[in-house]
Amino acid sequence: MAEGKHLRLEAVTKKFGSFVAVDDLTLTVPEGSFFALLGPSGCGKTTTLRIVAGLEDPTVGRVLIGDEDVTQLRPYRRPVNTVFQSYALFPHLTIFDNVAFGLRRRGVKDYRQKTSDMLELVQLEGYDDRLPAQLSGGQQQRVALGRALINEPGVLLLDEPLGALDLKLRRQMQIELKRIQTEVGITFVHVTHDQEEAMTMADSIAVMNHGVIEQLGAPGELYENPATTFVANFLGQSNLIRSDVVDSAGDDVVIDCNGQKVAVEGRRSHVGGRSAWLGIRPEKIFASVAGTTARNGHNRLTGGRVTDVSFVGVSTQYLVAMPWGQELMVFEQNTGQRPPLTNGDEVDLGWSAAHAFLLDVHQDATAGVMTPEDAA
Amino acid sequence: MRTEPATATDPSGPAVDGEQAKRRGRGWLLLLPGMLWLAIFFLFPSVQLFFTSLYDPSGSYERGYAMTWHFANYVDAIRDTWNLFARSFLYAGIATLVCLALAYPLAYAIAFKAGRWKHVMLVLVIAPFFTSFLLRTLSWRTILADQGPVTDFLRTIAILPDDGRLLATPVAVIAGLVYNFMPFMTLPIYASLDKVDYRLVEAAGDLYASPFTGLRKVTLPLSMPGVVSGTLLTFIPASGDYINAELLGTPSQYMVGNRIQSAFLIERNYPLAASLSLILMAIVVLMVMVYVRRAGTEELL
Repeated sequence: MAEGKHLRLEAVTKKFGSFVAVDDLTLTVPEGSFFALLGPSGCGKTTTLRIVAGLEDPTVGRVLIGDEDVTQLRPYRRPVNTVFQSYALFPHLTIFDNVAFGLRRRGVKDYRQKTSDMLELVQLEGYDDRLPAQLSGGQQQRVALGRALINEPGVLLLDEPLGALDLKLRRQMQIELKRIQTEVGITFVHVTHDQEEAMTMADSIAVMNHGVIEQLGAPGELYENPATTFVANFLGQSNLIRSDVVDSAGDDVVIDCNGQKVAVEGRRSHVGGRSAWLGIRPEKIFASVAGTTARNGHNRLTGGRVTDVSFVGVSTQYLVAMPWGQELMVFEQNTGQRPPLTNGDEVDLGWSAAHAFLLDVHQDATAGVMTPEDAA
Repeated sequence: MRTEPATATDPSGPAVDGEQAKRRGRGWLLLLPGMLWLAIFFLFPSVQLFFTSLYDPSGSYERGYAMTWHFANYVDAIRDTWNLFARSFLYAGIATLVCLALAYPLAYAIAFKAGRWKHVMLVLVIAPFFTSFLLRTLSWRTILADQGPVTDFLRTIAILPDDGRLLATPVAVIAGLVYNFMPFMTLPIYASLDKVDYRLVEAAGDLYASPFTGLRKVTLPLSMPGVVSGTLLTFIPASGDYINAELLGTPSQYMVGNRIQSAFLIERNYPLAASLSLILMAIVVLMVMVYVRRAGTEELL
């Protein structure tokens, strides 16, 4: 199989009229990596992908694949292939002809053998003579993947490739895609709005919002140490509490959180000023009955009262009202170590300094929060 | 492509069957006006025409005709007018090809490139129908006239010799046919292209097909139903047309339609006119069947 190539976008901007879809984006995707562009709809991720494929021209900026500047090349001359959202299979061609399409356009002689091999790789042996309409959604998805992969592109672009599949099939295909990527070693750039999908599959993720990359890094890194409120809310869920920075001299930043002192590791602080959003993931918080000592760490907020209990099997999700009127989310594994809390219980909340983060207070605390419409 | 009707899985008994029967009856009732119309204005005249074609040709309008099963009418008709048939199909064929060459890019532009002008362009395509067919064809006489601008221009750039003319030539007749039947070609192709998902065109480009190859391998095959129905809707009426030959040509450009018209309305030679009509109909049906079979779009028939 061909080596994957690295992809580089240099100061790419794309405007549609006065709307800026992609804003001065610079990005390097290392060769052979599984890279995800993650963001809500309209954030510019699909436009970025189309610019790489050559289906849109950037207003300014350059696109390089390997070390070749492809900005001016027409799509059919670029060493990239795309797995389109909703697949875009040719309805009048058989599965075999769909998969062989790219090879035959380039005049590859032994396309028959290669096509058979590819059909095997995507587990569609024996479907050669069917038409796309005769296949299930998952099978069509695999045809689309095979049709693109067979050309051994330097970079494979995937535009929400699993969006049309139901949840169970999607999980299955995520593992399948990851397996194939490891097997062929081609650089994958995967566009998705599904944060779980991005985290499951990608080596690194660029979180996009309003045409810019909010943060780029490995899934764990982004999740554990988000740099913006958008990332904190879009990737998983976060409690964001308005706080004042008291002392940022030592290794730990000491902050005043509505009258109670807590600490955050210095490398997890993304603020310079006197105020900040203190961020804590709900599953990092331990709730204990008021007065008993927190099991972990030296950070403690007292005076909470449980206002809602949702039992979801493996875990229980609590809402805890704090003295300053905010409700915090707390997720707890149902280990059975202590009886579950009930509505109205007085609790203290504790967490480790290594688990919280500080964000710029000027950012919108609700940026990136999933609303019910988004989830649909 | 036809799907099998789903088998009835009604658990409830005869009451539902009765309901269904009633609904089916209502369906037939709605079809009735159309079927009656066809019976009165198509089926009956066709049968009438068939019998007329077998009248004794020695009869006349004044003396009346005798029905003598005179099949020789057909032999006579073909012997005397085979050249008109040949010319009709030649003119209609050329006109159809020219229409296709002009209409496909037009329909493509309307479907994919027109943006918000789409509807305006569609209205413009059918706008000629707002005036009469005869008037429009007559106006082509002015356009193609010997002293007209088009002839002048073609003489100036030496495509036509100095005494060359357009009016009263095969070119004029074919141009008239092209003009008059263009919408019948454009609209079906547009309807077909409009249904083609533009992402398929993008996908072809993504898979190393140059724009031309993409057109040949993806867009054209997917728009074939429109191309086939467009060529049929153009070729069939064009091969029976007589107005264009009458107004833009001379007797040496006359098509079979002109002969039928004069046999019916001037000579009152009904047996000849009827047998010519039926021969034309038979040949057209035959050609259409072969064509549709070859184009692989049987579902049109």
